[in-house]
Amino acid sequence: MACIDARGLRKSFGTNVALDGINLHVGEGRILGLIGPNGAGKTTALKVILGLTPYHGELRVLGRDPWTERDLLMRDVCFIADVAVLPRWVRVSQALDYVAGVHPRFNRAKAEAFLAKTTIRRSSKVRELSKGMVTQLHLAIVMAIDAKLLVLDEPTLGLDLIYRKQFYDSLLNDYFDHSRTIVMTTHQVEDIHHVLTDVMFIDRGRIVFDSTMEELESRYLEVVVHPERVAGGRVLKPIYEHQGMGSSVLLFDLKASAANREQVASLGQVRTPSITDLYVAMLGRTPEDKPGILAGQAQGVAK
Amino acid sequence: MNTQMNRMPESYRDPRTSDPQAIAPAQRLYWSVRRELWEARSIYVAPLAAAVVFLLGFLFSTIRLPAKMRSLSALDPDQQRQVIALPYDMAAGLIMVTALFVGVFYCLDALYGERRDRSILFWKSLPVSDLTTVISKASIPLVILPLLTVVISVAMQFIMLLLSSAVLIGNGLSVGAYWTQLSFIQMSLLLIYHLVTVHALWHAPIYGWLLLVSAWARRAAFLWAALPPLTIYAVEKVVFNTSHFAAMLDYRLSGGGMEAITGPDSFPMDPMTYLTPGKFLTSPGLWLGLAAFAAFLAGAARLRRYQGPI
Repeated sequence: MACIDARGLRKSFGTNVALDGINLHVGEGRILGLIGPNGAGKTTALKVILGLTPYHGELRVLGRDPWTERDLLMRDVCFIADVAVLPRWVRVSQALDYVAGVHPRFNRAKAEAFLAKTTIRRSSKVRELSKGMVTQLHLAIVMAIDAKLLVLDEPTLGLDLIYRKQFYDSLLNDYFDHSRTIVMTTHQVEDIHHVLTDVMFIDRGRIVFDSTMEELESRYLEVVVHPERVAGGRVLKPIYEHQGMGSSVLLFDLKASAANREQVASLGQVRTPSITDLYVAMLGRTPEDKPGILAGQAQGVAK
Repeated sequence: MNTQMNRMPESYRDPRTSDPQAIAPAQRLYWSVRRELWEARSIYVAPLAAAVVFLLGFLFSTIRLPAKMRSLSALDPDQQRQVIALPYDMAAGLIMVTALFVGVFYCLDALYGERRDRSILFWKSLPVSDLTTVISKASIPLVILPLLTVVISVAMQFIMLLLSSAVLIGNGLSVGAYWTQLSFIQMSLLLIYHLVTVHALWHAPIYGWLLLVSAWARRAAFLWAALPPLTIYAVEKVVFNTSHFAAMLDYRLSGGGMEAITGPDSFPMDPMTYLTPGKFLTSPGLWLGLAAFAAFLAGAARLRRYQGPI
């Protein structure tokens, strides 16, 4: 059974179309990153998946309709909406008591063990904790819930580098076990490159790019080209070009381009493009011609 | 033959699929109510504070108690009773009024505050239905506050009785005359009856309405709760020159007492004889009110499903 199965998902707020017919299929054990500019529809997509907002189209999350069965779904789904949603008045011990009281899959000992590694005291109120500590607390609660799907919406917003790194390390080492599924959005794309198994770019309510990380690595290639050889490189039709450290960096889509890996490699030093590079290549251009740009159809050099 | 079945190890069951119903709905409701008490501490702090202030006042008033008792014999028994019992009724009345205020302001904030501080996203990430949440919030003015009122009032009256007795004995007076004027059990039963009929059952639609507004309003919940009834009253008055709506509201606010207790305006010697539970239970006003209450709660639960942070 697919974890998330969506067909023709639509959602609009007045005249503003937030989701414009999205098809989504997320299998068990995947870690999917939803990436896109502000207002692209990422958060709306997550809200629909979590049953926080009604929608049009077909959607099944763990076999349930999220909108009508949110409370049942939440036995198997966890989410961190963003760092600021833990109520400020709640004590750490009360938060643990409450979740243990209402959630059948909450393992209190596990949460306590995770908190023991932090400086968070049980008697503190959330309002007395720093932003990073609140995130640690929320993560401790979420990681102690034996859920099938975890949804994270900008979980590390406003956190410094150390907390962000700890956050993703804990997620991968202490939580993820290949039978769980994680869907997340973030603007700090570089943080999650090594975390994801799948990546998806959303723009204007549509999915404009969708790939597994393996496919991304075998299909896209970036090459650092000496200025003298750039013209030769452009002949091979890179999908994107940018400048770095006195040389040009050309990004190739090996599936769409005439070039093969050897030809590209002969231009200079090759490397796997980062998600950021791909994101800029796919979305960093004039937004007007966006809906037509699907993976592989991108043509020409941005310059 | 069935060795294979026997050998099926216990651990073969995926722990994740094991009994997700392990938590009973009643337990979810219990923790949700506790959650409300953690958040809105005024639910018990306000009545307790009122009780402490009143008891201090009563303590000072006991200075005049011996003199009052000596002059008591000049009065007729009805007046005697009033003089002695009045502070006890006032104590219960004070706690009731405090609880009323706490209940109103609690309800107005109950489903509004969680959206304002964005914590609704955390609550909705847990397997608790919107209806359970709304019911847990409605139980505060309808169950918890009446219960607290009884406990605090009875405790206050008990302390007052002890204080008065100590003062009287200290002044060499008999406590017998004082005690005969007070029927402690009767006072408590009357209080419980009044709270259940009037404060919980009869006023339920008022709290339901406040919860509905609190689930709906994006700001100024108090104004949204108060202005529509005022507007309806004003429009009716101007257009038809009648005030049926105001009469209906008045009946809702103060009619419960009339249905539940019938008697002379002066305090009866044995108030228990004036209780009319049969009349109360067969009053259409009660059942119409409860129907409205159920509709308001259902509406609040449905609204909460659509609502996110504001």
